Amino acid sequence: MAAIELSGVVKSFGPIKAVNGLDLDVPEGICLGLLGPNGAGKSTTMRLLTGQAIADAGQLRVLGYELPGESKPARAEMGVVPQLDNLDVDVTVEDNLAVYARLYRVKDVGAAVDRCLDLARLHDRRRDAVDKLSGGMRRRLLLARGLVHEPRLVLLDEPTVGLDPQIRTELWTLIGDLKSRGTTILMSTHYIEEAERLADEVAVMHQGRIISRGRPADLIAEHAGRQTAEVYAPPERLAELRVSAESAGLRVRPAGPAIAIVGSERAGDGAVPEDAVVRAATLEDVFVILTGEEAE
Amino acid sequence: MSGKRTMRRLEPAAISGVMSREVANFRTYWRGTTFSSVLEPLVYLLAFGLGLSATLVDEVEGVPYIQFVGTGMVATAVIFSSALPAMFGTFVKHRFQNTYEAILAAPVDVEELVSAEMLWIATRSAVYGCVPLVVTFFWGLDPEPGMLLVPLFAFVTALGFAGFGVAMAATVAKIDQFNYVTALFVTPLFLVAGTFFPIDGLPEGVQIVAQFNPLHQLVELVRGGAFGFEPVDIARFAFLVAFAFATWRVGIRQMRKRLID
Repeated sequence: MAAIELSGVVKSFGPIKAVNGLDLDVPEGICLGLLGPNGAGKSTTMRLLTGQAIADAGQLRVLGYELPGESKPARAEMGVVPQLDNLDVDVTVEDNLAVYARLYRVKDVGAAVDRCLDLARLHDRRRDAVDKLSGGMRRRLLLARGLVHEPRLVLLDEPTVGLDPQIRTELWTLIGDLKSRGTTILMSTHYIEEAERLADEVAVMHQGRIISRGRPADLIAEHAGRQTAEVYAPPERLAELRVSAESAGLRVRPAGPAIAIVGSERAGDGAVPEDAVVRAATLEDVFVILTGEEAE
Repeated sequence: MSGKRTMRRLEPAAISGVMSREVANFRTYWRGTTFSSVLEPLVYLLAFGLGLSATLVDEVEGVPYIQFVGTGMVATAVIFSSALPAMFGTFVKHRFQNTYEAILAAPVDVEELVSAEMLWIATRSAVYGCVPLVVTFFWGLDPEPGMLLVPLFAFVTALGFAGFGVAMAATVAKIDQFNYVTALFVTPLFLVAGTFFPIDGLPEGVQIVAQFNPLHQLVELVRGGAFGFEPVDIARFAFLVAFAFATWRVGIRQMRKRLID
């Protein structure tokens, strides 16, 4: 049985279809990266899974529970790490954890708090108020709070959005540990590197539905080939090169001040200029080709 | 995969879990809240009770004016320690702190969340509501067995006003709109409760409207505890229970609309 099974899910807000016929299965024990630009429907999908949004149509099943009717027992067995820091800032680190241990009906609250303090490496700060912690410590605490009841499934909603690179790397290590213990993870992100590093599989979401899914290497091979050639030049020359490459059947995408000719290993003579920088194709190439949006 | 778990509505574990969060937070700010909750009724009591009794009013309904005001001030303390924290606290936790998003991601539903918030506010308010009564003991009010019911009366009334505050917090679009709620509901209810003057001196229409004011019913019940109950007090208490039940359900409905898309 899959940990998450979504079929034909639709959720509208007025005229906007945030989720539009979403089909998504997440097998147990994997980390699935839900990759998409802002507004793709990732956060709405997370809210649907926690019962904080009710689908207009479709079937949702989480850990064998039908949503929204059985959302409460489903939530008892899943952990959620939100995008926004919603810790109680005046309360101590250990009290923040203890409150959520009680909300999740953990029997031995003290042991759960100790385990989370170990996980977040905050034992020596346990009696400090949260507003005395650094940004990285708060993020680790937020992650540990979502794991206080040792859930079988964890939803990570943009877990490192807005964080500096050092804190991001710290969190990736923690999420990597979680993966290695066999916990099923659904992680929404719009950071390509995050998806590449952590996800066993990536589902690219765009305009409320999954438009492609697979292991990162397979997605790259399928949509971007082996190589990408980046060309830096004045706008007029870039426009000419774009036309030339596209007429040769190649896919071209914007890459900041440059253009990237994707699948350049298939290019015939003259389609890729000699001053191009050739590199291995990446998930970013796939993301931009599929969604038409610049990656972060 | 293990067997499916079943969970009921209104689970005590969910309600006590949410209340434990409130207690953890309260431990960080109880001094300020308690200070203002004790000082404010004391100031009112001194200003109205001593000020007016020294100049204009000696007795009301056979009771020294300061004791008349002191017993009535229980209702003032209750509304200010229930409706206002429910309005502002709920709004801030929902819109600014995203606290409810985290709580509802756990196995807690909106009904349990609102119930817990109301119970916690009412518990606090029942304690703060007794302060004016205790202060009035120093101005000659004799302790009576009936006064032991005052915390219960204050608790039930505070439940109603906590539900009212939660419903308002879920209804307004911006925090500034609480000015309308305060001006249109809280202040009139507070002034036409019979705290500072008997309502039977008011025009007949206002007297009838005042019967639907929960604070007036609380004032009468507290005075019943202090100076002797009447049979009608059973109906007054039933009215307060109905008020609490009604605002509980409305609060849940409004919060569900606000929290669940």
